[in-house]
Amino acid sequence: MLAACGAATLDDLYSDVPASLRLKENYGLPKEMSEAELTRFWKESASRNRELTCFAGCGFYRHYCPAAVESILSRSEFLTAYTPYQPEISQGTLQYIFEYQSMMAELCGMDVCNASMYDGLTATAEAMMMAVASAKRKKRVLISATLNPALAQVLETYACGLGIILETIPEHEGLTDRAALSEMLGAGDVAAVIVATPNYYGLLEDLTGWADIIHAQKAMLIVNTHASALAVLKSPGEWGADIACGEAQSLGIPMNYGGPGLGYLCTTKALMRKMPGRIVGATTDADGKRVFVLTLQAREQHIRRHKATSNICSNQGIMTLHAAAYLSLMGYDGLREVNRLSADAAHSLVEKLCATGKVSLKYPEKAYLNETILALAEPLTADALIEEAARHGILAGVKHTDSEIIVAATEMCSPDDIERYVRIVESL
Amino acid sequence: MNKELYSKLIFEHSRPGRKGYSLPAYDYGTSTEMPRHLQREVKPELPEVDEPTVVRHYTNSSNNNFGVDTGFYPLGSCTMKYNPKTSEKAVGLAGVADLHPAQPEWTVQGALETYYTLQTYLSRIGGMAEFTLNPYAGAHGELTGLMVIRAYHADRNDVARRKVIVPDSAHGTNPASAAIAGYEIVEVKSRPDGTVDTDDLASKLDETVAAVMMTNPNTVGMFEKDIPRIAELVHAAGALLYYDGANLNPMLGVARPGDMGFDVMHINLHKTFSTPHGGGGPGAGPVGVRAGLEKYLPSPRVFRDESGVFHVGKGEKSLGRVSSWLGNYTVFIKALTYILSLGEENIKHVGPLATLNANYIMYGLCDLYKLPIPGPCKHEFVFDGLADKSTGVTTMHVAKRLLDFGFHAPTIYFPLLFHESLMIEPTETESKETLDSFIAVMREIAREAAECPDKVKEAPHSTPMRHPDENEAALHPLTTWKQLQPTY
Repeated sequence: MLAACGAATLDDLYSDVPASLRLKENYGLPKEMSEAELTRFWKESASRNRELTCFAGCGFYRHYCPAAVESILSRSEFLTAYTPYQPEISQGTLQYIFEYQSMMAELCGMDVCNASMYDGLTATAEAMMMAVASAKRKKRVLISATLNPALAQVLETYACGLGIILETIPEHEGLTDRAALSEMLGAGDVAAVIVATPNYYGLLEDLTGWADIIHAQKAMLIVNTHASALAVLKSPGEWGADIACGEAQSLGIPMNYGGPGLGYLCTTKALMRKMPGRIVGATTDADGKRVFVLTLQAREQHIRRHKATSNICSNQGIMTLHAAAYLSLMGYDGLREVNRLSADAAHSLVEKLCATGKVSLKYPEKAYLNETILALAEPLTADALIEEAARHGILAGVKHTDSEIIVAATEMCSPDDIERYVRIVESL
Repeated sequence: MNKELYSKLIFEHSRPGRKGYSLPAYDYGTSTEMPRHLQREVKPELPEVDEPTVVRHYTNSSNNNFGVDTGFYPLGSCTMKYNPKTSEKAVGLAGVADLHPAQPEWTVQGALETYYTLQTYLSRIGGMAEFTLNPYAGAHGELTGLMVIRAYHADRNDVARRKVIVPDSAHGTNPASAAIAGYEIVEVKSRPDGTVDTDDLASKLDETVAAVMMTNPNTVGMFEKDIPRIAELVHAAGALLYYDGANLNPMLGVARPGDMGFDVMHINLHKTFSTPHGGGGPGAGPVGVRAGLEKYLPSPRVFRDESGVFHVGKGEKSLGRVSSWLGNYTVFIKALTYILSLGEENIKHVGPLATLNANYIMYGLCDLYKLPIPGPCKHEFVFDGLADKSTGVTTMHVAKRLLDFGFHAPTIYFPLLFHESLMIEPTETESKETLDSFIAVMREIAREAAECPDKVKEAPHSTPMRHPDENEAALHPLTTWKQLQPTY
């Protein structure tokens, strides 16, 4: 082979790399491992992780996933393909993305959905940039104080380079302060309003009338929801949202210590051409058959380069297949059942925890689905509870403050798991 | 396989009442009712299908797909190397599937060590001080890297730097990422040999430039041999030099971006470190920085204390946050498995063997295809279409004809330096037999172009579908099942 390349050694192919730059020392990597050694290595690593019965949420939820999903995901024709640049030999990928787009648009009550984004946080940042790019010169974006703090941090990080001015709408009793929103909108120059429901505390925001007052200011309403809850909550489309976005990990995707998840972004037909990311569309081939292709590519970064309003050039690929297969197997009924079980589990947990007298609902009047914020009675602290529960194999929730904890439950929490949790609290 | 039955969308298999799940019938002794006005009114149309139907639907659909496991995938700049099955198996073994990010640190030491070990090895391979693994993709890494650069200049109160310089041969993501990071983009010309014109670069460097983004080898597969001089110029102007790691593969075992003078870099784990591309994702775009810039890395970060315990924290001047938590964990497990399975000695062969494979194809075809920049190349090279332009056969035709022969097409019409770019990257995991077979097919296509050009122009002939009407798709976009209904 070297001779065919006119070279005597492999080094000859690198004659243009100056000697001063050539690697002089070892990298300092270990010696190669056989498969057997790798198996031992990873089992040993796993032994230093402890799987806990999960009563935590805040963006990541442990849900059941039908076994068939993993089997479908392991098809290496899907797994080892790349972006479907050649539609003639990529109908598999294109078709599942089309199905995913269809299902997510239905769940959100929106017209269109893109081929997916990295995660729910960056999807929301993309929604913010999309709104600002469409708003021509308006730079204020109002974000609710009830957003997940991690989401607010990502929005802040993305906004600062683009001159977007983020302002926080205060909260009142755990929900976004509607009166403050009206006032802030009145000051003008608002490109978008971003709110999440369920919000960070798990509480359900009532967005009645929001779209009207926001649209009256020619601003956009961006609603962030984790995907599973869309089956029962009033959809972003029904609230009159311009962009719906969020994390779809709750569709049975393993928590994987935080990734990969799946970000989604849906919008109205009017805004379709402003949407970031890839989009798959249906068309016909030479034989008149219905087929699928990547479409509206003129919007994308590889064409627009420095005029781009997003730098997204891929999607979350195989995770959209996960969502499509999961939603196919579960259907609307299955998804509603998941939500019913999760909500019942969470309400049962809260009732029983409150009965101990050591815990109370922080916002007892507010509706929640499968997640809410609890106040701990002295001397109980969030750290002590989480630590003690972890010793008993339970993740008690996510610490909010020293005396407050956000708890969530799903259909993966059995009544026995709840009893175990309650007994730990009683013992403290 | 029954084409009629299995070419449908999953929605077309839907029958009322069918289901493919099994949920527990727990009685929690409570029944919750949400306020009516917060409940959805419109029922979403999701399919109702049973498990065998779903499995057959996707299994058959996968047969209409081409992956690296199906065959040769010489997609330039995408490094479509074979994805070892050991890496897939490791994900199951590593025990992270059910770990929640909020778990106490002592319950996730294995996962944190994976992160720390991978970032350490990437730092050694890149010649950097530290990596963050948080960014989800190459483009996300570029954006994060530029945010590091912005934080660095801001920290020095050097706020007049609003420009980023990119070569005209750069990946499209470079200018797009710079724009999203809030910078103006200035393009620098390439010389006829495809490398950056250092005179043009020098004329554009001043106190308004924040960074210069380069990939080395560049997108035409040439090593930027003036890189030490370029680094000197960039640093003298007070700017930082960014390394787009999309083309890192040929540098394994040869040279490190840190030694070339780069300050910030990203690596595409789904390219160089062989994690599957997944039809578009999830990937990972870790970002490395030279000593002194670690404090700007995004939060959260993983630290190791003197006693060997791992902690999650943030840097004193962190640029902020770019991800939910610590990135795409399963991808890290696969990449670390890849590094461990090769080890110190074997990983050094990766670059040279990838380069050998690319040159072998290039020299095997350069009499029939126009080679605008003479070799030797590195991991990839670009033809400017067929040498014989009289036949009217274009790069698009050649790409489509390749599909008939069971190969994926190369990257086409990129880079923009040539009209008929055909960018080929074979990677090191392909055997000589595969390369010979590809060369023979490319030669056959060149012969067809001369003797029966219509056969090439009308390609593909044998794929599951042919000649999709892409104009119609863009003109009247139909992007959901609902929009396909006659009633819509």
